[in-house]
This record gives sequence, C-alpha cells and structure tokens, in this order.
Amino acid sequence: MSLHLKLHTKPEVPLEADCICPDKIQSLKNNEISAMTVFHGNRQVQLGEFFDCKGKFDGEITIDGDLANVKHVGAVMSFGKITVEGNIGLHTGAAMRGGEINIEGDSSDWLGPEMIGGRIRVKGNAGHMTGSGYRGSPIGMQGGEIIVHGNVKNETGHVMRRGLIVVGGDSGDFTGVNMLAGTIIVLGNMGIRTGAGMKRGSIISFNNEAKLLPTFSRNCEYHPSFIKFYVRYLEELGFSIDTSCLNSAFERWSGDSVELNRGEILLSTNKSK
Amino acid sequence: MKIKSTQIVDTFAEAFKMYGSRIIITAETKEWAMAAAQSVTGFATSVIGCKCEAGIETEILPKESPDLRPGVSVLLFAMDSENLGKRLMERIGQCVMTCPSTACYNGIDEGNEIVVGGQLRYFGDGYQISKEIAGKRLWRIPVMDGEFLVDDIFKTKEAVGGGNILILAKDQNTALKAAKSAVNTMRKVPNVILPFPNGVVRSGSKVGSKYKALIASTNDAYCPTLSSVVEKTEVDTNINSVLEIVIDGLTLKDVEEAMRVGIKAAIKPGIKKISAGNYGGGLGQYQIQLHKLLGNVEN
Repeated sequence: MSLHLKLHTKPEVPLEADCICPDKIQSLKNNEISAMTVFHGNRQVQLGEFFDCKGKFDGEITIDGDLANVKHVGAVMSFGKITVEGNIGLHTGAAMRGGEINIEGDSSDWLGPEMIGGRIRVKGNAGHMTGSGYRGSPIGMQGGEIIVHGNVKNETGHVMRRGLIVVGGDSGDFTGVNMLAGTIIVLGNMGIRTGAGMKRGSIISFNNEAKLLPTFSRNCEYHPSFIKFYVRYLEELGFSIDTSCLNSAFERWSGDSVELNRGEILLSTNKSK
Repeated sequence: MKIKSTQIVDTFAEAFKMYGSRIIITAETKEWAMAAAQSVTGFATSVIGCKCEAGIETEILPKESPDLRPGVSVLLFAMDSENLGKRLMERIGQCVMTCPSTACYNGIDEGNEIVVGGQLRYFGDGYQISKEIAGKRLWRIPVMDGEFLVDDIFKTKEAVGGGNILILAKDQNTALKAAKSAVNTMRKVPNVILPFPNGVVRSGSKVGSKYKALIASTNDAYCPTLSSVVEKTEVDTNINSVLEIVIDGLTLKDVEEAMRVGIKAAIKPGIKKISAGNYGGGLGQYQIQLHKLLGNVEN
C-alpha cells in the first residue's frame, strides 16, 4: 500500500507543502511525516494539522481532498510517483527532476515550472504558465514531459529549453512565448501570438485555424515523418487521435524573425496523401 | 554421410566473430526504400576488400515499420564495432540520405552505441533539429524533398560471419540451380544475410598467396581447372563446378539454421558433394560441423 495523505482541514490561505515529495519522505516514519513543516500563509505549522497520514511509502504517494490551495507539491522531486485524487494548487512539480505526478483533476497555474525531468500528467485542465520559467529566468523547462488532457491558459512553455508539453484541448495566448527549444503539441485551438519571440523549438498543432504573427513566414507544405512518432506516443499516453493525422500534410512556418528565426510552427492541413 | 545421391563431407565451416548492425530504411514507396537498400548494400561482399559485408534481410510492411511506411531491413557486418560504426556513417550518409523520401532507423535493441544521426546532422548546416520522442532521439536534417529523419544512435552487437557451404556439382548449370534453390530457402531465415551477388560466390579464397602483397588468393583446392595441377584437390573427376554461399548472422544459431536449410535445399541430382570452407580450425572462433548440423538425416 502506498503512502496516503488525506486532507482533513481545508487551508484558508495557500499551504506551501513542498515536503510532499518522495525524496523528503522516503526515510521517514508516518509520525515524522506528520511533523514535517509546512507554511500556512506566513505561519509555520505541521503537515499533520492538515493531512492524515496512512499507509507506508513504497515509492508512491496518494493525496486526497480539495487541494486547490496546496502549493509546491512534488517540487524538486527526483523519483517515485505522486497521485493527486482531485485538483491541485500552484507550482506543482516545480523544478521536478524525475518521477511522475498524476493529477486526476485540474491543476492551477505554474504547473511544472523550470522542470528538468520526469513526467506530469493532468487529466483535467491546467492554468497559466504551464511548463514555464519564472519571471526573470532566462531558461524555463529543461526536460521531462507535461501532458495535459484538457485545456491550458496563457504562456504555456514560456522560455522552454527542452522537453515536451502536450495539450489535448486548447491553449491560451502566447503559447511557446520566447521558447528556446523543445516541443509543444496542441491538439485543439491555439490563442493569439503563438511562438512570439521564439528562437528555436517546435510548436505543432493538429488544427490549421491558428492565426500567426506577421513575423512568422510560411516555408512549405510537407509530410514530416517524425510527427508519426509523436502520434504513436500520444496514443500510448491515452490520447485519441484521428488516424488521418498520420498522413496529414503540415504547413511549416518559421519564426520568430524578431529573434533567431529558427523556430517552427507546424500546422496540420488536415489534407491526407 | 550421404543424402540421396549427394555426399555431405565430414568437415566444418570456420566462422568468425564479427560485429553486426541492423538498419531499417523506410520511404514513401517500397521501390524507393529498396533503391536505398540496394545502394547501401552495394560493394559490401567481403570485409577483405570492402571493409564490411552487407545485405538485405527482409522487406517490412508499412504496419510493421517505425514510421508506418514501406521499409527494408538491412544487416551490416564488420570485424569490430568501431569499424562498423564508420561504415554505417558512410553508407547511411551517402546511400540513404541521398535517396528521395527515405528515413533510417536503428534496428537493434541492445549493443554498443554508435552515433550516426548525431554526426550526419552537421549536413544540416545548423538548420538540423533534434527531437527526443519516448526516450529516443531523432535528427531531422533538411533536404531538398523535405527532411531526412535518422536515429541519433545505432547499435552494433557481436555477431557471426563467414558461415558457408560449398556446392560441388557435375556442371555449372547444375551448380547454379542448386545454389539458387539454397539461397531462396536461406533468405527466409531471419537475422542472416548472404552478402555476395545473388547470395553466391564463385571466387572462394584461401589464406595467403604466392604474392606477398596479397592476404588471400583463389581457393585452388576447389578450382576444377586445377584439379590435376595442385598438390591437394577437393575436386573429383566427376565435379566440374563449385559454388559457395557465405552467411553472416546476428547469432551463431541463425547462421547454423541458414546453413542447415541451405544444404537441404541444395541437395539435387548432379550435386556430388556439399562441403564447407575452413582454414584448419586455427583462425575462426566457431566451427560449424556439417554432420552435426544435419543431425539424424536418413541416408
């Protein structure tokens, strides 16, 4: 049985619970876990004041309850698995290095900021700044995967350097803003100013309705073979993708010309061979 | 041992430890994939003169290929892993990347890692893009018909080269027919290739030569035209043509299986003997005994 943390008292203000992390919990007994320090607003309290702790850590932590006000869960984790049986608050998986976080509900803003490795999966929607760098940081996400089955809001993948972000639904404005490299795939619609300021990297959309900035230029229409590897991978991750996408042509747009102009936006034309 | 009218000589094939690699070539059509495969396996009959041995293993259906396009599986062999890596670089770069619509993928799960796509990428002159998908890195190199997609890493593993059978026939026509029959059967065995033209070699070699510069020379003991001239001949008076089939495989078991089915398929009227080439057992790491291979075949 995995370690089970059940929220018994809903925090009135954000609860900073970066101690909910396999690296910090692995060698502790349950009473020691309950005595770990968390910040409830600006007040230091024990984790046990909010969570019941049951079971035994075997590499997996399950968290239960309305966690929309619980922040920094899984921050800097390097191994193991965290399952969130509901919604989760800000900064989940911040600077995460390995392991897996599965969120059954929605995630708030700043999901996986400056992530280095591992995988975060969200069954519902995610907020603003998913997989982004913190304000002022020159580099954001440097590896790993963020898989959101629903929608995301603005500035997904801001200053992303490496890794993969997949959005099963729609993405907000400024998707891939100032992107340095890496891959963002959006299965639904993208908002405005996609890829603004991007230097390198790929933004792939299976929808050809995107309105791109005038600083992006159309190169050609072709059939990139590598897309098929992504489609197969997404199917393994549980996405249901129209098989016509496998043979669909893509328009390739280069940009952002105000920067290096080495980034690409690939838009499915939905035209098969 | 005699099967029907063919004598199976009590000898062995002397095979060598080599390093092998499998590459998967895909393209928009089977024809283009095959064109690249034929090019990449060209001039690769023997390590003695070609630095590697290569051949087409099998065709791959779109549903079984990495990118769901028609494909061809090719095996390449060389004497060491480093040398094989260089050959992969040269041949994928010159024969696959140049062929329209192709992509090239590693076809072996375990073994030494050779960076191929990671070196070919420089052809992209800075416009190349890498993608890591499900733990595997691919390089996208811009070319005039779109992109050449190639795996970053290819793998090489210990393999077996130089398995062989010798078909000693009453005449050339009979030898050719038997060899063709054997080749057609052997090509159905997975993990092996027959690197010579149409799978058959007529210029079998022995180690050394009267000329100091040569490391190998004609296998005079099997040359019918020299049967009364050389000190030791393996060619009886009723034998007028000898052909050899060389087999390279990813494992000894694969080579043995190919030899076994090949011998059986080559047994025909007019085939006087089936033998195998060896160097007395002093050079190769493996000795594949023909009688042991055929087991309890009814005489």
